[in-house]
Amino acid sequence: MESINLKQKSKDARLSILRLANKSQKVGAHIAPSLSIVEILTSVFSKYDRMFDAVVLSKGHAGLALYSAMQQYNLISKEQLDTFEDNGGEFPGQPTKTSTNAVIYSSGSLGLGLSYAAGLAYAKKSKRENGTIFVILGNGEMDEGTNYEALMFIKYHNLSNICIIIDDNSMQSDGETSKIIDLDLNRVCKGFGFNVIECNGHNEDEICNSIDLSKNECTVIICKTIKGKGVSFMENNNEWHHNNLKDEQYELAKNEVLNA
Amino acid sequence: MPSLIDKRTIRTWSMLGQRGTFGVSLLDVAEQNANVYGITADLCKTSGMDRFASKFPDRYINVGIAEQNMIGIAAGLADSGFVPFCTTFANFATLRSNEQVRHFMGYMNSNVKLVGFGAGFAMQLFGNTHYGLEDIAAINSFPNITILSPCDCLSVNKCVNLALDIKGPVYLRLSGIMNNPIVYQDDVTFKVGNNNVVNDGEDVLVYATGSMTKTALDVSKMLQEKNISVKVIDVYSIKPFNSEELLKFNNKYVVTMEEHSINGGLGSIVASEIAINGLNKKLLKIGTSGQYKLPGEYQYMFNAYGLDATSVADKILKFIN
Repeated sequence: MESINLKQKSKDARLSILRLANKSQKVGAHIAPSLSIVEILTSVFSKYDRMFDAVVLSKGHAGLALYSAMQQYNLISKEQLDTFEDNGGEFPGQPTKTSTNAVIYSSGSLGLGLSYAAGLAYAKKSKRENGTIFVILGNGEMDEGTNYEALMFIKYHNLSNICIIIDDNSMQSDGETSKIIDLDLNRVCKGFGFNVIECNGHNEDEICNSIDLSKNECTVIICKTIKGKGVSFMENNNEWHHNNLKDEQYELAKNEVLNA
Repeated sequence: MPSLIDKRTIRTWSMLGQRGTFGVSLLDVAEQNANVYGITADLCKTSGMDRFASKFPDRYINVGIAEQNMIGIAAGLADSGFVPFCTTFANFATLRSNEQVRHFMGYMNSNVKLVGFGAGFAMQLFGNTHYGLEDIAAINSFPNITILSPCDCLSVNKCVNLALDIKGPVYLRLSGIMNNPIVYQDDVTFKVGNNNVVNDGEDVLVYATGSMTKTALDVSKMLQEKNISVKVIDVYSIKPFNSEELLKFNNKYVVTMEEHSINGGLGSIVASEIAINGLNKKLLKIGTSGQYKLPGEYQYMFNAYGLDATSVADKILKFIN
């Protein structure tokens, strides 16, 4: 039942992403990077306790997916969600923290979120508070060197209250990661002393199980995903990294997701 | 307990230099406020934090040589209710971590107190990589960040306390070596967005900051002998900057003095105030400019850039004649 509910949330979040991308077709949106991260976010929010936990989306260009998932869990309203990419609105393409939008971390510039999450986790540990800091990174983002400064710190201080998830869609802005900087993330994270779990990043059960398994030990969960997941003409097609979803394309995409 | 400030304390702090005084002052504020953290990027002793580290081991973090990470961690701590004071050399604090300063302190407005020490030439033979000559320029355009630049050790103590009182990000610029010259002989009041007149005069208005405030006082004595009276303002609050004295000064000549580039620092701030307010002034900016010079001892560098009192006095004489 829980699992069916979660799958429905993912489907609804994916439909929100497409609807809002279509609404913002004039300026465009990061559509494919948002579609790859949907199940990760719905799974994280299914585990999320707003009293104790925090979600840091370091991969800020998936802001649309973050807002859509937050709305599925009533952390923001549909009216708020519908202001996506409005001029001067609280829900721009990349998240910005305001006092009213429930976003706790402003992102967009890559490689900054893990340090911040480490600070939150360290503070929580110092205060002997319960709770988990979820931080979601992109595989392309792992090119940024600051992540490794943060990994060293997290491991050394044994901040097992931080749950690091990498959305590994094997692509980045300029195309296939293997043709840009071919990084074996599993080996690299193990090298830094982390327990590494790989899972299917489009399967909520696997993601939730991985999160449960990550407790008590410094862990990196590498979620294998497909950029543009759920829309055939967007999958692994980097033209949709950031693009304008026209009305007819929207209808096609929406029907694919509805019928999946 | 805050330190008792009398002449003896002022003398002791002066001997310790700005870093040592920062260390003592950090202990003070940590005793007042249980949320104060001390964080360093592998420069505990160098930044005067060793006593803090041994007294408050639970509130001390050494992140290693990872300045960018330090700012992110500090922001996470700050947004969890702590008040982190982060230390590293001024150039690494503002240049290596420039985007983190913009993102976490400027954009997210996290309550991080960034302490950049060794600003100017204090790192002597370590050379140009360790000189802090562009730190103000590097961050002055970022919103939310208060920039404090104390001229002596009493000022350092005042600025550390001020930084704690400010509910928002602060950059504290420390300069000089041991035996830091004394500008303030007695206890004074420091307020954000305020600056102090440390010498009164009518012919020339000098805005000085950091180590150059003492130089400005020396220069004012030299010029007094030539019957030129100099009003010296100690700018400890670089941002927000207070232009009150500039607006009411009746004479034409304005000079800025800083152990920093003439571009993007105090000189640029005053130049822009003159232009914005349409003031009929002539401005001489004294600081570093041009190529990086080969490094040397502390006083040698002031001479090399023409920032010693004699050179400055000559420049001002030429300027007003």
